[in-house]
Amino acid sequence: MTVPLEGADRGASRSRAFVFLRNQMRNIAPFATLIVLVAFFAFASPSFLAVNNVANIMVQISVSGIIAVGLTFVILCAEIDLSIAAIANATGIVVAYFTLQESYVNIANVPLPGWAAIVLALASCAVLGLINAFGLTVIGIPSFIMTLAMMQIAAGICALLVRGQIAYAVPSLVSKLGSGSFHGIPWIVIVLCIFLLVGHIVLTYTRFGRYVFMVGGNREAAEYSGVNVKLILAAVMVISAVCSGVSGMLGVAYFGSAQQNEFDGYLLDAIAAVVVGGTSLFGGRGGIGNTIIGLLILGVLNNGLDHINIDSFLKILIRGIILLVALIINVYVQNLRESERAGAP
Amino acid sequence: MNADAEESSDVAPPRLEMQAISKSFGGVAALRDVDFVLKAGEIHGLVGENGAGKSTLMKIIAGVHAQYQGRMLIDGEQVHFRSARDALDAGIGMVHQELSIAPDLSVAENVYLGKQPTKGGIVDWRGMVAGAREQLASLGIDVDPRARMGSLAIGLQQLIELARVLFSGARIVILDEPTSALSPPEVERLFEVLRQVRASGRSIIFISHFLDDILAVSDTVTIFRNGRRVVTEAASGIGKGWVIERMIGTGHEELEGSYTDEIALDSKPDAPVVLSARDLSAGRAFADISLDVRAGEVLGVYGFMGCGALELARTLFGKTKPATGSLALEGRRLRLRNTAAARRAGIAFVPESRRSMLFYQEPVYKNMSISVLGRIARLWLKPAEERRIAKKHVEALSIRPPRVDILLQSLSGGNQQKVALAKWLTWPPKVLVLSEPTRGMDVGAKEDVVRIVRGLRDQGMGIVVVSTEPETVLSLADRVVVMKKGRIVREFAGEKISKDRLLEAA
Repeated sequence: MTVPLEGADRGASRSRAFVFLRNQMRNIAPFATLIVLVAFFAFASPSFLAVNNVANIMVQISVSGIIAVGLTFVILCAEIDLSIAAIANATGIVVAYFTLQESYVNIANVPLPGWAAIVLALASCAVLGLINAFGLTVIGIPSFIMTLAMMQIAAGICALLVRGQIAYAVPSLVSKLGSGSFHGIPWIVIVLCIFLLVGHIVLTYTRFGRYVFMVGGNREAAEYSGVNVKLILAAVMVISAVCSGVSGMLGVAYFGSAQQNEFDGYLLDAIAAVVVGGTSLFGGRGGIGNTIIGLLILGVLNNGLDHINIDSFLKILIRGIILLVALIINVYVQNLRESERAGAP
Repeated sequence: MNADAEESSDVAPPRLEMQAISKSFGGVAALRDVDFVLKAGEIHGLVGENGAGKSTLMKIIAGVHAQYQGRMLIDGEQVHFRSARDALDAGIGMVHQELSIAPDLSVAENVYLGKQPTKGGIVDWRGMVAGAREQLASLGIDVDPRARMGSLAIGLQQLIELARVLFSGARIVILDEPTSALSPPEVERLFEVLRQVRASGRSIIFISHFLDDILAVSDTVTIFRNGRRVVTEAASGIGKGWVIERMIGTGHEELEGSYTDEIALDSKPDAPVVLSARDLSAGRAFADISLDVRAGEVLGVYGFMGCGALELARTLFGKTKPATGSLALEGRRLRLRNTAAARRAGIAFVPESRRSMLFYQEPVYKNMSISVLGRIARLWLKPAEERRIAKKHVEALSIRPPRVDILLQSLSGGNQQKVALAKWLTWPPKVLVLSEPTRGMDVGAKEDVVRIVRGLRDQGMGIVVVSTEPETVLSLADRVVVMKKGRIVREFAGEKISKDRLLEAA
């Protein structure tokens, strides 16, 4: 029995420019959004494009940016990590817990040398990431649920360690990277750039990065090609947790305090940055470049809305709408892709 | 029994009559001028190869295909179903090979699915359980109506679905491959129920590849070939060989490449064994599978849909773990924790569905390099090397268009299949497992695949070809094992073999 084969010429019959535009839709739409937003705010507020405001924006996106680097890996694999903000919070609190606090801080902390505190903090976020990875790959809990549980666990760790108090001191290295500057450039921005660069290089130029895209693009095919899918999934969960941990430590220094729930807003910010940037929620498409655009869109939006005179409650609504539009585009582009493929047998 | 049915048909019109039915899909004729008569109180067996037209006719009867030429009459009255709903209302029920049950609901709820009895607006549980028990008992099915459906054996689930279809008022029941997943006692039980249904005056159409089952339970058998009804005969007077002969035919104009002639198997009993399996079992899929794959030989594994061969292929590649049994590669015990371990050990696999093998949104070269990346690159990718290797394959396999940077989705199906094969050819594996390697391909592409597989065999690779299409096995294999209901039932080696012998063994 022969089945008529088709699908080969469907794309070719359309105009080339259209096909190109459609394929690039997920890259073009976010970029255009960014340009429009910048143009709008530059027009609406003379102070928006000032040099020090641009620097402000960069600093403001740094904490969520470092988290978003790790999250990009996870979303490229068509998984999700909801524990990022909680892990960031827990790691920041762990590093403060192992640092000598001023006597008025009423926390039973365990002072250790700065390097030891940092190592312990990094180890704890890595362990939390490993638990996520274990739940996802060995037990088979969907990442959405697994990391939801981890969100609670990490929040619980925060609560136990600080018991409603606020810690202030962190190791000097953390404090320098989080709130210091290097020749006028905030260290936290430099760290963000390094994370983005390394993330991009790993995703684009290494074998591991290729596997991440392939696992996200077609998990079954990756498995049938002899790729150790579970190992890749485990790795991205740990990468995500460690990025969150680093962000959490620097964030504590940047905010000047370590306390419960101080990263709560960053969960949505990081997810929004990755998705608004155009990385597919279904995996396999996107990358750090998209995340950079997404971060800038959110940064410009948050900052710009402060510059124009607008009800601060309306601000929240506007952010929500922007995220919704990005999700619609994300799913719409995916549907184009699916219908394209439906022709192939 | 048979005589009774005939007698009643003299006085009353047949339960179902199809007259001069033709149906084509996009210019390809699926049914040509088919007449078909189903009497009241009859079990009517339907046989034919894949694509012979059985399922198309059944889909017309069940209202799935509303567009066709010809007339359909039920009890002498002409009907035309525009939807499956219409057919259902007219008393036609179908039990598909893939059961459509709700495994988490109780047996009673499944029996009453979609029409629970209510008392004052709420479901009457007690009435439902009692009704289901009575209903099932009338068919001789003894099961607790409160049991969870999913906890029952497949055979029982099937009987309960049949009960539901009957209970919904069906006078004509179409059973599609009902025995493929059943053990012999379960088959016996099903037949018992079918005979009871027949005794109540309802009619059954029984479609199956298992000729023994068809002949055991049917009153009448109709054979289809190439969209035509070949013959309808009383089942009592015919044998399996007679049926096979008419199923595959003898006229050459219809049968190009059908392998009715005997072909000699070129088995190599002295070649070293590369992969050997001993007593592999995996749940319901297969049991006690022992086989040897020899270097430079193509081992064909043939069986009907659901015979367990496709699952076996996955197990050989480490995708699923066997419950018991062992594998050895070149004499060394092999434990496959995952597919990556199988790849490293030198086993390659091409699944039956291209969709589960290829990355449609990625360029051709990335599709080819994915399974050899570990050899090309440790940490850093080497795209130039990947492209060079891909280019070599594209030329060797004459993939069209001959470009490595275009997205895979812009290739035709046959070329995609070649890409799926090319994945494994850079560093030839020791064992290549191919599942349905030529399914859905046109003749030219099929020949290409045969040529490629033969070339690999001649290089000394051990190859396993798993297929439910006899042509595929016959065109490729040097030795054939036949699987039936999860077990190996026959091996053909160093002898002549033909399609009818293969069908007969299965």
